[in-house]
Amino acid sequence: MNGYDFILAGAELTALGSGALFWRDKNLLCVSDMHLGKTERRARMGEANLPPYETHDTLSRLQSDLHATGATTVICLGDSFDDAAAAQALLEAEKLWITRLQAGRRWVWIEGNHDPGPVDLGGTHLHELPLPPLIFRHIAKPGHSGELSGHYHPKVTLPVRGRAITRPAFLIDTDRVILPAYGTYTGGLRSHDAALGQLMRPEAIAVLTGTTPRAAPMPR
Amino acid sequence: MNAAQEFLKTLGKTFSEKFWRSAYIRRMTYLPNTFHDWFAARGWSIHPHQQAMLNRADESALLLIAPTGGGKTLAGFLPTLVDLANGTHDGLHTLYISPLKALAADIRRNLTTPVTDMGLPIRIEDRTGDTSSSAKRRQRADPPHILLTTPESLALLTSYEDAPRIFKGLKRVVVDEIHALAESKRGDQLFLALSRLQAMCPDLQRVGLSATVEDPAAIARLLAKNPDPCEILHADPGPEPDIAMLETEAPPPWAGGGAAYAIPAVLEQVKRHKITLIFHNTRAQAEIFFHNLWLANEDALPIGIHHGSLDRYQRERVEGAMQRGELRAVVCTGSLDLGIDWGDVDLVVQVGAPKNVKRLVQRIGRANHRYNAPSKALLVPANRFEVVECVAALQAVRDRDLDGEPRGPGPRDVLCQHILIRACAGPFQADALYNEVTTVGAYQGLTRTQFDDCLDFCATGGYALRAYDQWQRLLCRDGLWQLRDPRSARLIRMNVGTIQDSDLLKVRMKRQRGGKPLGEIEEGFAASLTPGDTFLIGGQIVKYEGLREMVVEVSRDAARKPKIATFAGTKFATSTQLSQRILHLLNEGDQRAVPAHTRDWIDLQARMSRLPRAGRLLIESFPHDGREHACVYGFAGRNAQQTLGLLLSKRMEEMGLAPMGFVSTDYATLIWGLDPLTEAEPLFDRAALRDGLDRWLAGNQLMKRTFRASATIAGLIQRNVAGARKSGRQATFSSDILYDTLAKYDPNHLLLDITRQEAMRGLIDFGRIEDMLDRIEGRIDLIRLPRVTPFAAPLFLEAGRTPVEGAAQERLLEEETQRLMEAAGLA
Repeated sequence: MNGYDFILAGAELTALGSGALFWRDKNLLCVSDMHLGKTERRARMGEANLPPYETHDTLSRLQSDLHATGATTVICLGDSFDDAAAAQALLEAEKLWITRLQAGRRWVWIEGNHDPGPVDLGGTHLHELPLPPLIFRHIAKPGHSGELSGHYHPKVTLPVRGRAITRPAFLIDTDRVILPAYGTYTGGLRSHDAALGQLMRPEAIAVLTGTTPRAAPMPR
Repeated sequence: MNAAQEFLKTLGKTFSEKFWRSAYIRRMTYLPNTFHDWFAARGWSIHPHQQAMLNRADESALLLIAPTGGGKTLAGFLPTLVDLANGTHDGLHTLYISPLKALAADIRRNLTTPVTDMGLPIRIEDRTGDTSSSAKRRQRADPPHILLTTPESLALLTSYEDAPRIFKGLKRVVVDEIHALAESKRGDQLFLALSRLQAMCPDLQRVGLSATVEDPAAIARLLAKNPDPCEILHADPGPEPDIAMLETEAPPPWAGGGAAYAIPAVLEQVKRHKITLIFHNTRAQAEIFFHNLWLANEDALPIGIHHGSLDRYQRERVEGAMQRGELRAVVCTGSLDLGIDWGDVDLVVQVGAPKNVKRLVQRIGRANHRYNAPSKALLVPANRFEVVECVAALQAVRDRDLDGEPRGPGPRDVLCQHILIRACAGPFQADALYNEVTTVGAYQGLTRTQFDDCLDFCATGGYALRAYDQWQRLLCRDGLWQLRDPRSARLIRMNVGTIQDSDLLKVRMKRQRGGKPLGEIEEGFAASLTPGDTFLIGGQIVKYEGLREMVVEVSRDAARKPKIATFAGTKFATSTQLSQRILHLLNEGDQRAVPAHTRDWIDLQARMSRLPRAGRLLIESFPHDGREHACVYGFAGRNAQQTLGLLLSKRMEEMGLAPMGFVSTDYATLIWGLDPLTEAEPLFDRAALRDGLDRWLAGNQLMKRTFRASATIAGLIQRNVAGARKSGRQATFSSDILYDTLAKYDPNHLLLDITRQEAMRGLIDFGRIEDMLDRIEGRIDLIRLPRVTPFAAPLFLEAGRTPVEGAAQERLLEEETQRLMEAAGLA
């Protein structure tokens, strides 16, 4: 499997090129910020109708990651739905698809700022989940360690021979990992942003998503 | 001091003296006495075409073609002023549309003073993006007699529910610089808005004011309500321009675009003239030339720089200094092509080949605005091939042979925006709107199906998967289309317009609080900078310090050599007509005007190889420096040659010739690889090229860039949201991802169709490749040579080489991340 291996608080983790994180010892796959139903929410708000294929696209990628890793536990790190109504408004086929993915797996929805309440889909709904030595939550808390979180949709821009390559990226240091957004229509916050600069240690690295994930010092 | 002198003084003499001097009316039959007395006192004379405009004030559509400086604007306004003089008209009488905000404001100032002077009961106001919202509200409640505005502001005005009341009584619309608008989507939007106005005011008269163009009838068709006729008036074109190629002691170099060799000669010309405009084709070239000019400017002549990437404040400072006559020269780009008068310019210098004869003629017109004096201009070729292009362009100017590409049918992304704007104004019938739209010249061929597709896109997004039907933007109730949520009108209005600037970041001096703004650079260029890098902006070398809150912070740097300024490098392709003239000149044309150094080069090419000919395609195949090369002289313009390079190298890959890369100019593409090209016909199989194009297009950056523009215009992506304008970076999703998603799940979507059509005639320009294939009809001359040829040699020095490797980005990324990790001691 194509991934970048690293150790957080003694746990051996793999950052996948898709933006998902795999914990082999627990056979656990973690994704963050899927924002399912984003086009529906935007349309509902009277904004332009975006191509309504993003839920399909995001679930397709999740399915192939599950097949590739054979994960038996899935943790969605919050903002899995663009809002509660968007979760309700998923097409019947999409809801069934999620149910199929959940079959035979332990599935945890961590709540995010976009989806604070429980959703009417299978799985466990939690505020945060400690799985020592790690803890899974939506928004990073300064001072904690062994922490996996999302929320910021970090992305990284690298100048390469006169042009810039921008990719969603994992931010990794000895205390925490911030996962990139997994959803298809999700932008990002550049690693230069002060919010990320304050959370991450000076020696933090960024792992750029893509066909093969690549590590670089976190640009700031 | 008498009133007239005082008036001239208040106006500042540059614009207004000319403006009004041209206005003395001999046939007072058409003029109320107040006018006559006021003009006669100044001893000014009217041009025949201005009189003709008065005589034909009743035409429903009238197009005036006059050279720059011919008093066009006044000719357009005289009938309005005369009609309004008796004070009986209530409300809006004349709309004046200009492509520039600054021009609208200028005209207002120039009209207001004499109108006040003569005590005419006429209210004149301008309305642009710079007008305050309170003034805008007042204008809607109580419109002035003459409103000066831009296409975008007009489109916005038509979007209000009370539009019929605002435009009640409107009699004339005057479109200034219509030749410039006609070439862009801003023009399409304007003409669509005019069709709305015409529906509200059936007797509306349309007047167009145009510089000299190759096909006045084409502009007339855009101006008039289709299928009504449009009268065309031609002003006296004035004397032949005095135009030549700049003679220099040093011959121009083989390649490159900087023309640094000509700096001493250009400085010498600046000294000999009062005010010189030095035009460049790109902003980056203007910056570099300006920098070098100052290094050589020992007499410290006051020379400024002006281009679209500079901060508005910086530009206004240069404009002001120029109008006050404080500058001897301005290095500029197309940003000075239009509109405002810059005072006593007596020389125009064009650096680099003009690429397009029409633009050259319009630029030359910027010199010597006295109507009966010839304009003086000098061309400075930047390299040996451009010498040939300049000579061909000079011959075209003398033959008054202007070029232009027909624009094709009206773009449908602009139509989508028009439909949304129409919906903001209130419920409408699809039939009625379709009939209105087809009265616009550019849209006369629009089929009902095409229109319905656009309407469907506006309503539902036009997706194959109708998942969100309950949230459609427009819905049809009792045969009337309307906004589902009237609140969405606000968002639509905020995003009116068709101008696409790529994402730009402001550049500021780094200081403790708000340093001085210098201008803007493209986000992509900014991202390629690392702290300590130097680049040129506004003529100074600055050092990149960092990015803070979307602002590029820089500090002054004393270095003499900057990292090249690659921002905003729009390169125009040489026009088809000019390319044909070049081929003619190379073979049977009159070469006496070609300087000896370049004639020798042409002769050498003829002896060593062959000269490219019209109606045939020359391909040279030769080894050089351990690699095999093929040079294809398609003369199809830069964009098409670049596309040709991509397609041919793909075909060569399939043929097992192991191509490694290529580079293109306006006239040729050079491809290098491991094996020699021995058979050319299979390369140019049209079906295979087409097929290659389709496959290559799918994931292409040019397509994504085109898609972003069309998707923004059509209202899929909003640049402006309530609050602040969002940048590419803060966007919640990227248009590239939308493109990929649509291409994957809905490849026949309207927007992808529009994107393909746009790209074919724009950046990818496959149309010109097909034209070339039509011209050569299979007559391909592949010749094998032992070494590099005189015409091919400059291509080896050309920048912008494209490597042929699909996995390029992954490989580059691997190298770079590896290097960074090692440098940081993390690997």
